[in-house]
Amino acid sequence: MQYKSQAVAKPYFIAAIGLFVGQILFGLILGLQYVLGDFLFPAIPFNVARMVHTNLLIVWLLFGFMGGAYYMIPEESETELFSPKLALAMFWIFLVAGALTIVGYLAVPYATLAELTGNSLLETMGREFLEQPLPTKLGIVVVALAFLFNITLTVLKGKKTSISIVLLLGLWGLAVFFLFSFYNPVNVVLDKFFWWWTVHLWVEGVWELILGSFLAFVLIKTTGVDREVIEKWLYVIVTLTLITGIIGTGHHYFWIGTPEYWQWWGSIFSALEPIPFFAMTVFAFNMVNRRRREHPNKAAVLWALGTGVMSFLGAGVWGFLHTLAPVNYYTHGTQITAAHGHMAFYGAYAMVNLMMISYAMPILRGRAANSNKSQVLEMWSFWLMTVAIVFITLFLTAAGILQVWLQRVSDAPLPFMVAQDKIALFYWMREWAGVAFLVGLIVYIASFFVGGEEKQA
Amino acid sequence: MSNTTSLPTSEAPAARRLPGDLAIWVFILSEMLVFAVFFAAYAFARAKNVELFNEYQQTVNRDLGALNTFLLITGSWFVVRAVQAAHRDDLPAVPRNILLGFLCGGGFVVVKIIEYAAKFGAGITLSTNTFYMFYISLTFFHFMHVILGMVILAVIWVQARKGAYTSRDAHGLESGAAYWHMVDLLWIILFPLVYVMR
Repeated sequence: MQYKSQAVAKPYFIAAIGLFVGQILFGLILGLQYVLGDFLFPAIPFNVARMVHTNLLIVWLLFGFMGGAYYMIPEESETELFSPKLALAMFWIFLVAGALTIVGYLAVPYATLAELTGNSLLETMGREFLEQPLPTKLGIVVVALAFLFNITLTVLKGKKTSISIVLLLGLWGLAVFFLFSFYNPVNVVLDKFFWWWTVHLWVEGVWELILGSFLAFVLIKTTGVDREVIEKWLYVIVTLTLITGIIGTGHHYFWIGTPEYWQWWGSIFSALEPIPFFAMTVFAFNMVNRRRREHPNKAAVLWALGTGVMSFLGAGVWGFLHTLAPVNYYTHGTQITAAHGHMAFYGAYAMVNLMMISYAMPILRGRAANSNKSQVLEMWSFWLMTVAIVFITLFLTAAGILQVWLQRVSDAPLPFMVAQDKIALFYWMREWAGVAFLVGLIVYIASFFVGGEEKQA
Repeated sequence: MSNTTSLPTSEAPAARRLPGDLAIWVFILSEMLVFAVFFAAYAFARAKNVELFNEYQQTVNRDLGALNTFLLITGSWFVVRAVQAAHRDDLPAVPRNILLGFLCGGGFVVVKIIEYAAKFGAGITLSTNTFYMFYISLTFFHFMHVILGMVILAVIWVQARKGAYTSRDAHGLESGAAYWHMVDLLWIILFPLVYVMR
């Protein structure tokens, strides 16, 4: 690696993968609870398993983003990280806080956890994805600020490239929009309205900037295409993301008590949200096709192309499926949403992190790329996980379409639980696809431990 | 790139080339797609409420709309002249025409603010009715594009004063000009659609 301080990325990546495993295990528990309702009850009730599954996802992605930033920024800025010690300290704080939070979720009832952690001082808990107790939320803010301070000062003292500026924009946006998790008005409409400012403006706004920036960095490194070309693409993607994504928030405002015009605004702008993702697909393939060198790390290039395609399919196409208000009127909150959520998170954010890890980890371990044997295994894991998520998405989509029909459209609509029983077959198939995903993840981890002839850095 | 003149509005004699940067065209096409979807939504909503749309269309200020159409078309004409000036290396004419184009944009903004003041003063909001929802959304969204276009023209003006655009390289100028023409073009569709056609 070019700069010693890039090494701080390594523990972040390892933690990210560890938490990823946890996320998938809880996903399997959760998937089974869909069909065997009392599985592991009362030890791990459904709501707790779901909370752990989604929170672990968010936390591992954040670990990945931080690790990626710590790796990328010194190289882009051509200078050592401002403070590697601070980065390591924050790693431990974040890891311990994250672990304690998960233990809290599992060990005591959620209401007790709220009581123990001072939720009465400032009521922020109890909202989907933002379930974290107050001390954890404050911890996230402290870690994020220290992280941003570290990264920003590094950029300021070194070279300022478009890629690092876009990353900073994304990361600062991430921190700023998280602040809305502390705002919990009594009015439920306002609560939901601003809740989306964290949730939507993260995943359909600033995170896309982080994704674009990471992708651009890895493409520059692996293809040798001119920085100028890559940066131009990045600008186009960023602009498209912001044009469509910001007002696209409106697609969450259809039925929550907001004025009717949101049905138009939300539909129109979010209908165009696939465009930046499509631009990313074209970008990745274009750059790889125009490559000027053969980088020894084929696996990283595969992840880069993969994230280009899968984010478009998952976020773009599956998002579009139910983004228009007249369609969403029927599909809102059904398995269609779950289908979209799974493929979008995997395709965009899990894969971009895996791409960054794939590119950076060998270098952090002192080689340009892993051995052929290890890369082949990693590519197997790529296909296993990706195909598994495609099937999870297809089964959930089928379940969703049936659910919409049985529960909402047909002449004699069935009650929720009756409809759920009728689509159980698809939940079973989804669970098996989930098992295949876990196998892929195990193969992925195994790829770190196989030897073979390595290319020197 | 050769120095044969090819204008954004005319076909190049020999090899056809894209005026300006490819990236700006991706951007322009995406922007136009957003508007196209918006226009289609307008048509869709109108088809279901023809009477309401006809009734409230009478209440918008067509004269100010027409004045704004004139301002934008004139602005585009100045911008074309700026690009032509750069292609024949008439360097002082470039910033002069850009400035005139910018001022036309400024005129549009002033007229639009007068129009909005009257409407908002009368208590009209996005929730007044479907027609006014579209009227405000479409014109305001376009208004923001005029402002962005003016920012771009301002940047180009600063560059042009330094003599940055010549027959050898007018890439930046052409990119900005193309964007400004888009703002104009969108208005030329928007004005008849929202203000006139019934």
